[in-house]
Amino acid sequence: MPRYLRNLIFGLIVIGILFGLDFVFQAGLINPYYTRILMLCGISITMAVSLNLINGFTGQFSIGHAGFMAVGAYSAAYFSVNYGTSLANSLGGGKLGWVVALALTTLIGAAIAGIAGLAVGIPSLRLRGDYLAIVTLGFGQIIVVFLNNIEAVGGARGYSGIPIVKSFFWIFLIAVLTIVVVYNIVNSAFGRALISIREDELAAEAMGVNTTRYKVMAFVISSAMAGAGGALLAHFDGYLNPKSFEFIKSFEFLIMIILGGLGSIVGSVIGAIVLTILPEGLRGFAEYRMVIYSLLLIILMITRPQGLLGSSDAFKGFRKRLRRLTEGPSGTASSATQSETSVGGENPR
Amino acid sequence: MKARQWRLTSDRYGPRMSTFLQQLINGISLGAIYSLIALGYTMVYGVLKLINFAHGDVYMVGAFMGYYLANGLGQRGAQMLGMSPDGFIARGLLGGGTLEPSLITALVVMLLAMAICAAIGVIIERLAYRPVRKYSRLTALITAIGVSLLLENGGQVVFGAEPKFFPELFRKRNIDLVGGASINSADVIVLVIALALMIALQWIVYRTKTGRAMRAVSFNLQSAKLMGINTDRIISFTFALGSALAAAAGVLVAIRIPRIDPLMGILVGLKAFVAAVLGGIGNIPGAMLGGLLIGITETMVVGYLSPTYKDAVAFAILILILLFRPSGLLGTVAQEKV
Amino acid sequence: MKRILIASIVIAGLLSACQPQSSGGDKVRIGVFMSTTGSTANFGISSVNGIKMAADEINAAGGINGKQVELLVQDDRSDSQEAATIVTKFVTQDQVHAVIGEVASSRSIAAAPIAQNAKIPMLTPSSTNPEVTKKGDFIFRSCFIDPYQGAAIAQFAAKTLGAKTAAIMVDRKNDYSTGLEKVIGATFTKFGGKIVATQSYQEGDQDFNAQLTSLKGSNPEVIFVPGYYNDVGLIAKQARDKGITVPLIGGDGWDSEQLYKIGGTALNGSYFTNHYSPFDTEPKVQKFVNDYKSRYGGTPDALAATAYDAANIMFDAIKRSKSLSGPDIRDALAATNAFPGVTGTVTFNQNRDAVKPIVMIEIKDGGTYAVRERVNVEGAAVASNQ
Repeated sequence: MPRYLRNLIFGLIVIGILFGLDFVFQAGLINPYYTRILMLCGISITMAVSLNLINGFTGQFSIGHAGFMAVGAYSAAYFSVNYGTSLANSLGGGKLGWVVALALTTLIGAAIAGIAGLAVGIPSLRLRGDYLAIVTLGFGQIIVVFLNNIEAVGGARGYSGIPIVKSFFWIFLIAVLTIVVVYNIVNSAFGRALISIREDELAAEAMGVNTTRYKVMAFVISSAMAGAGGALLAHFDGYLNPKSFEFIKSFEFLIMIILGGLGSIVGSVIGAIVLTILPEGLRGFAEYRMVIYSLLLIILMITRPQGLLGSSDAFKGFRKRLRRLTEGPSGTASSATQSETSVGGENPR
Repeated sequence: MKARQWRLTSDRYGPRMSTFLQQLINGISLGAIYSLIALGYTMVYGVLKLINFAHGDVYMVGAFMGYYLANGLGQRGAQMLGMSPDGFIARGLLGGGTLEPSLITALVVMLLAMAICAAIGVIIERLAYRPVRKYSRLTALITAIGVSLLLENGGQVVFGAEPKFFPELFRKRNIDLVGGASINSADVIVLVIALALMIALQWIVYRTKTGRAMRAVSFNLQSAKLMGINTDRIISFTFALGSALAAAAGVLVAIRIPRIDPLMGILVGLKAFVAAVLGGIGNIPGAMLGGLLIGITETMVVGYLSPTYKDAVAFAILILILLFRPSGLLGTVAQEKV
Repeated sequence: MKRILIASIVIAGLLSACQPQSSGGDKVRIGVFMSTTGSTANFGISSVNGIKMAADEINAAGGINGKQVELLVQDDRSDSQEAATIVTKFVTQDQVHAVIGEVASSRSIAAAPIAQNAKIPMLTPSSTNPEVTKKGDFIFRSCFIDPYQGAAIAQFAAKTLGAKTAAIMVDRKNDYSTGLEKVIGATFTKFGGKIVATQSYQEGDQDFNAQLTSLKGSNPEVIFVPGYYNDVGLIAKQARDKGITVPLIGGDGWDSEQLYKIGGTALNGSYFTNHYSPFDTEPKVQKFVNDYKSRYGGTPDALAATAYDAANIMFDAIKRSKSLSGPDIRDALAATNAFPGVTGTVTFNQNRDAVKPIVMIEIKDGGTYAVRERVNVEGAAVASNQ
C-alpha cells in the first residue's frame, strides 16, 4: 500500500475515533468532572510534546514555554471576543458554527505564537545552555508583564467574556496533530539535524548544518503548537489572567517532559497525563502537592535523569508493527534508524 | 556660617535635582541587595558552572531564620541557654527583655542567620548537587530548579504561606543629605554592611589559600584535583560562603522592609542573577557593579517611566547584554574551544 | 512496553483516587472554594473561618430544617483555572447543593459559568467586580461592588475631607485595585477634584521608594491607595519615611489585623472603606467578634464577617427554599429581604448584588478603628450596576 494512502486512512480513522469520543463525552454521558480533566490532559499533551521538540530533541533549554501559550491564548481570545460570534453565526450558528470558529481562532493563536517564537528565537538561540534558559525565562516574564499592561485584553484584571467552547474533538485533534508533526519531524532529515545539534552543536556546525536556522525553525514550530494549546485553553473557562502564565507554568511543562523522558514523545504524553491527573488525585494533600513535586523532581534527577521512558522511544516498535501490518512480509524497511543517546550523558560546554 | 553654606547648596539644586538624587539613593540601596545575592551566584557559577536557582530561596530562608532568631532571642533565648534573663548577656548582647532594638542585636541576628544558611547551603550541595555532578549541566540545572521549588513550597508549608512581619531590630531615622534628598539610617547600615562583606569576600578569594584553591577550581576542575586540591571541600566552602552572603542580604532586606514571605526570593534571585551576568559571571567586582546598575536602572525606570515595567527591566538588560556582550561588563571574552 | 504498562497503572490508580469527597447522605452539602495559600492567604483563611463558624453554629442549633450542614472546603491556590476545576468537581462529583466563593473577583468570574451551567447557586462574600453577577442568574454576591465602593471613597475625600488634589497609588497586578482606581478617579473629578499624579506598583512589591518620591513631588492633599493590606502597610511606612504626611485612603482590601502590624503608626489618621468595624458596639457585632476571638484567637476582619454573613444568608435561603434543588434555592436567595447580618442588613437587588451600607473607618493610634462615617453615595441608585 503506498505510504500516503496508508497515512490518509490512518488519519481518517483517528478523526473518526475523535468524532465518536467527542459525541460520547459532550453528550454528558460521562461525568463532566472526568471530561474536564481529560480535556485538560489533552491540552497538556500538546504543550508537553511541543516543548519536547525544543528541549528534548534539539537539546535547547527553553523555559519560557508558558509565554507562547499566553500569546496564543490572548490572540485567539481577542479574535473570538471581537469576531467570534459573527463568525460562528455566519457558519450557521449553533454548535457546529462555534466549533469551526474555534478551529479558526486556534489557527490564529498558533500563527501569532509562531511569530512570537520567531521574534524570541532569533536573538536567543545564539546562546547556549544555561544562558538560553535564563533568556527564555526572561522573555516569558516580559510577555506576562506586557499582558498585565494591555488594557484591551483586560490587563491585570484578566480577560473575561471569552466564549466558552469546550471541544473534545479539537483539543484532541490538536494533540494528535502535535504528536504527529513532532514525530514526523524527528524522523526526517530535519529531525536528524536537530538531534545532531543536540549531541554536539559545534560538530554539527562544522559538518555544514546551519544550526541557527534549524534551531529557530524548531522553535517557531514549537511555539506555534504552544499557541494552539493556549488558544484552546482560552476557550475552556472563558477567562484568562496573565498570572496563570508565569514561569511556574513553564516549570510544570518542563517537569512533564523530564518525568516522561526528554527524548521521548510517548514519555511526554505520559508525563503530561500523570501531572495533570496527579493534582486531582492528591486533592487530599493539596498543601503538600508542590513539595511532593519538587522532591520528585530532585529524586528523579539524581536517580533517573532520563525520565520514565528515557532514551528509547516506544513508538519505534509501534511503527514497525504497523508497517508489517499493512505491507506484509515483503515490505521494504526504508525508515532511517535513530540513534537517540541518553540526555544524561556528559555534555561539555 | 555653616548653616548658610548648607542652605546655599540646597538652593542651588532645585526640586527636580533632589528627586533625582533621591531616586539615585533609592537605586543604590536596592542595588546593594542585588549585589550581595549576585556575589553568591557568581561564585557558585565560577566554580561549578551551575546556575544555582535555589540561591534566591536561600536568601528567603535567611530572612526567615533572622525572623525566628529575632523573636527567639532576648529573655526567652537567655532562659533557654540557662542564663539569667536580666543578666548582662541577655541585656547587652541579646538585647534583653522583649528584644530591645540595637545595632548589636541586628548584627548578631544577621551573623547567626548567615551561619545557619551556610550550613543549609552545604547540605543542599551535598544532597542534591553532588550526585548530579557527573551528569550533564542540563540535569544539574533542572535539579537546581527542583531545589528552588522545594525551598519555596516547603517554606510555605513550614513557615506558613502568609507574609510575616519582621520585628524592628533597631530604630531607624531619616538623615537629610545635601541636595534635598534623604536617606534612611537602615539604608546606610545596609550599604555599609554590604560593602564590608564584599571587601571581606575579595580578601578571602584573593588573599587566602582557600581562595586560591577556589580560583583554581573555577579555572579547571580536573587540573585542580590533580594539583592535590580537595575539590569537594572547596565546592562545599564556596556554597557555604555564597549562602552566607545571601542570608545576610535576606536579613538586611528584612530590616529595611519588614515584610517577609516564602516566595520573596524568586524574583529577587532572578534579578540578582542578571546582575551577575551583567557584571561578568564568575567576576566578583562585576557582581557588585552589576547589582548596583540593575538597582539604579530599575529605580529610575519606576520613577521616571512607568512602574508597571519594573520587572521587565532586569530581563531586558539581560537580553541586551547577552546579545551584545555575553561575557559581561567586566568579564573576559572567552574563546570557544573545540 | 513494560514502562508504558507501569505508567498506565499509575494513571489508573490516580484516577481512582479522584473520588467524590464524601458519599450522599441526608445532609446539606455546601462547596466552599477559597485561596488559603498565596499572598492574600489571610483573606481566604479568614473567609473559611467565618463560614466554618457559621456552619458549626447552625449545626449546633439543629441544622437547617433538621438536616446538618456539611462543608466541602477546597483551596484554589489563587489560580482561576484551579477554581474552575474545583467548582466543576463540586457540582458534579460532590453534588453540592450550593457553592460559596471566592474572595477575588478573577476566580469568581472563572468559576461562575460552571455553577450557572449546572444550575447550582453560587454566592460570593467579597468579590467586588461588577462582572461576577453578570455571569448568570444563579450567581449572587453579598457585598458591595467596586463602583459603589470607589465612589464612596472619592466622595469622602472630596466632600468630607475637602481635598482638591489627590494622587493614586494603584496595584496594577490586581483587578480589585485597578477597578477601584477607575471609579475613584472618575468620581473625584466629578466632585471637582484633580488627580495630580498616578503611580503604580505590583502586588508583592517591597520597595515603593521610587514611586513615593515621584508622588511627593506633585504635592497631593490625599493619596488613594486601593490595594491590599500587605502592600499598603509597607507603602504607608515608606511614605512617612519619605516625609509624606497627608492621609491615605483605601478600600476594604486594607482590612486585616496584619495591616497595623506592618504599617504601625504610619497608618494613624488614614482611612478606608469597609463592610463593618469590629469595634462597632452593636450587640450582634460584638457577639460575633467575641465568638470568633474565643474560637480562633484573633479579631475577625471584614472578610471573616462577610463570609460569616454569606454562609448564614445561604443557610437562611435553604431553610426558606421549597426543596434542595438548585433552582429552588436560587429563588429563595433572590427573595432574601433585609437579612440581619453582622455587616449590615442585606437585600439582593435585581442584579443579585447586595444592597448594604458602607462604613468609612479612620485608623487611630494603636490600631483601633473609629467609624468616621456611614457613607451614602450620592447620585448612585440603590442598585449600582455600571
